[in-house]
Amino acid sequence: MATDILMPALSPTMEQGKLAKWLKKEGDPVKAGDILAEIETDKATMEVEAVDEGVLAKILVADGTDNVAVNTPIAVLAEEGEDPKGVQAGGAKPNGKGDGEAGQKAPAPDMQAEGQAERPAPAAKTGDDQPVATPAAPAVVASRGQDPAMAEIPEGTEMVTQTVREALRDAMAEEMRRDGSVFVMGEEVAEYQGAYKITQGLLQEFGAKRVVDTPITEHGFAGVGVGAAFTGLKPIVEFMTFNFAMQAIDQIINSAAKTLYMSGGQLGCPIVFRGPNGAAARVAAQHSHDYAAWYSNVPGLKVVMPYTASDAKGLLKSAIRDPNPVVFLENEILYGQSFPVPKLDDFTVPIGKAKVHREGRDVTIVSFGIGMTYALKAAQELAEAGISAEVIDLRTIRPMDSQTVVESVKKTGRCVTVEEGFPQSGVGAEIAARLMVDAFDYLDAPVLRITGKDVPMPYAANLEKLALPNVAEVIEAAKAVCYR
Amino acid sequence: MDAAKEARRGSDKAREKAVPPPSASNVPAFSRDEDLHAYREMLLIRRFEEKAGQLYGMGLIGGFCHLYIGQEAVVVGVQMASKDGDQVITGYRDHGHMLACGMEPKGVMAELTGRRGGYSRGKGGSMHMFSREKNFYGGHGIVGAQVSLGTGIGFANKYRGDGAVSLTYMGDGAANQGQVYESFNMAQLWKLPVVYVIENNRYAMGTSVSRASAQTDFSKRGVSFGIPGEQVDGMDVRAVREAARRAIAHARDGEGPYILEMQTYRYRGHSMSDPAKYRTKDEVARMREESDPIEQVRKRLLGPHKVPEDEIKAVDAKVREIVNESADFATSDPEPDPSELWTDILLEPSR
Repeated sequence: MATDILMPALSPTMEQGKLAKWLKKEGDPVKAGDILAEIETDKATMEVEAVDEGVLAKILVADGTDNVAVNTPIAVLAEEGEDPKGVQAGGAKPNGKGDGEAGQKAPAPDMQAEGQAERPAPAAKTGDDQPVATPAAPAVVASRGQDPAMAEIPEGTEMVTQTVREALRDAMAEEMRRDGSVFVMGEEVAEYQGAYKITQGLLQEFGAKRVVDTPITEHGFAGVGVGAAFTGLKPIVEFMTFNFAMQAIDQIINSAAKTLYMSGGQLGCPIVFRGPNGAAARVAAQHSHDYAAWYSNVPGLKVVMPYTASDAKGLLKSAIRDPNPVVFLENEILYGQSFPVPKLDDFTVPIGKAKVHREGRDVTIVSFGIGMTYALKAAQELAEAGISAEVIDLRTIRPMDSQTVVESVKKTGRCVTVEEGFPQSGVGAEIAARLMVDAFDYLDAPVLRITGKDVPMPYAANLEKLALPNVAEVIEAAKAVCYR
Repeated sequence: MDAAKEARRGSDKAREKAVPPPSASNVPAFSRDEDLHAYREMLLIRRFEEKAGQLYGMGLIGGFCHLYIGQEAVVVGVQMASKDGDQVITGYRDHGHMLACGMEPKGVMAELTGRRGGYSRGKGGSMHMFSREKNFYGGHGIVGAQVSLGTGIGFANKYRGDGAVSLTYMGDGAANQGQVYESFNMAQLWKLPVVYVIENNRYAMGTSVSRASAQTDFSKRGVSFGIPGEQVDGMDVRAVREAARRAIAHARDGEGPYILEMQTYRYRGHSMSDPAKYRTKDEVARMREESDPIEQVRKRLLGPHKVPEDEIKAVDAKVREIVNESADFATSDPEPDPSELWTDILLEPSR
């Protein structure tokens, strides 16, 4: 009986990839372990090995096909003795391990079906600052439109589509070209091209002196970065994820954040600590922590958490130029999402300024980072239900632009906050406290917080989904504060 | 292969052959001027620290205050081997390092009393002082943190190619912190110009070295990374300078880091609030009588160098005057303006 060979998931967050090249052709005999094809993800090029023996009967997805979804049948393997010409495409058994698993889904995580379903897929809306549906090769989208999300970009600016990943890389490359004292260090940033491919190509352009692979030694290299910054160099310290920065948090807080004060203003620390933060997909409690609230508690730090590619680029450039330590919190899920980015020689976004991403009258939804995906989807659905939600992207957590939030709440009288972090002492708690002081007389309902649940992130797909916020919760909260 | 080269490779055997054990007979002599210089520098630290202890007792210095008395030869000897542009970074027993770097006693003392004329404008205190001008990078309160930071300063020196060496101090207690070994690894991997000076004063707070350290020979702490190290008589300023010269030359020549274990002793408690029950009074008295770093130099000045006693007394008087002036300043200078609470938290972007 023939077996379907499915597009494999090669990382926890992979949803699709490019079938770069077949290494076997139709009619070739295949042994288990043979390399069948090369697949390019947004992170790396990987080889696909055969699990079963047989004959490659039919190739269903040709060389060079982009955006092949995980679990799509890409070829059919005929059993030995079976007539390869007779096999049916698609109807074949997937390449499970044995008959007992016949008909079962491959064990690869299916983001849409499982944990990620409630993280809204990028909306297929272009021309404004919504994510673009497909992470295609850079293409001119349009010139800047009238959307409020683009108010900072000069009118008529040409926009190109970029992933957050590409935007971050470009930001670093541009700043490294501009200033010889900027360098990047971290695990796998150079020869491996970045664990999440954010530093792709930097080694080739800037060399090993400025793109420094470190040993796995977070505490040590964070301290090395801070020491170098004390002398005036401008390190970009990449943490493979901010979970690992827990090993280094003493250097970030006690050394980087406090020394300017403790030195009476003598010793600044122009450093950027960056890397993915918060939950990715199915990586459980130790790899899913959102540190936005933690770092935002510390005077002497700036804390940035962008959502769009354009903000990621503009804010990272500002962070690198900033004379203070900046904690720059990225998100693995967002890395692969595409957005319009202004095609400007030197585009920066100021740190400490929130953005009205979507205008509305009835309720203010405040979020940041990946939380924006829930907020925007909820706003869209609320609009269909006749509730006009204003969505504010904080972008910077510290210093927090509460003025923009207060102005909005003065108009709407209601506020819902959305974040993936924990509820207690979270960013939403801070916003609620500020609104109570600065907009008390304007509030028509208590501020409600939608957050990650107050539990360590579970592994099981269904539990993970429950632990994360979801769009329905945001909609429900928005309706509740509107008494609808 | 010659012995010196072999020693640089960090092999134990080679090191034992190449480097003489710390004994006075092998130590190169100081000239009269060198001894006078060392005497004055060490005495300034001694008298400054005694005064700080006094002011602490009077309630004029608050919080933690860790005195350097007994260890003066270490920082003075290393500084005599260093060049302008080399940086110094240390932990919280830092007053001696600041004075040896040429920072003003007034500014240091005023920081201890928390006054506006202090090096950190009263916002850092005893453990957190800095002088960019004098290349003193602190003054760090977290045990061992300065080791990664000092390694980063060495990284910057190599990045800039400016030939400077980072002189990174730590105590025997800090030498057991994990980030010290993370730093050793990177420093040797990247051949960073860093000299790690481990001031082994025998006690990490109240825990003696033998109760805290599986390997009590701190010069061997870099062996697994191939970093050469030496044990040095840290009570003899001549031995310190000699070893520091070797170490600094090694680092400056691009050969990577070097470890100096300075065998020294602190006469006072860990901090001012330490009852020092963990050692006998005899032990302290014996060290003071037999090994005092300042007395050693004083004897040489009066003996072989034939310096008239009057001249030495004049130095003593001058040092006392400087220290008294610093105390007067530190107790009369006003506290920081309340507005200082809100300054120096962030720098304004220069764009």
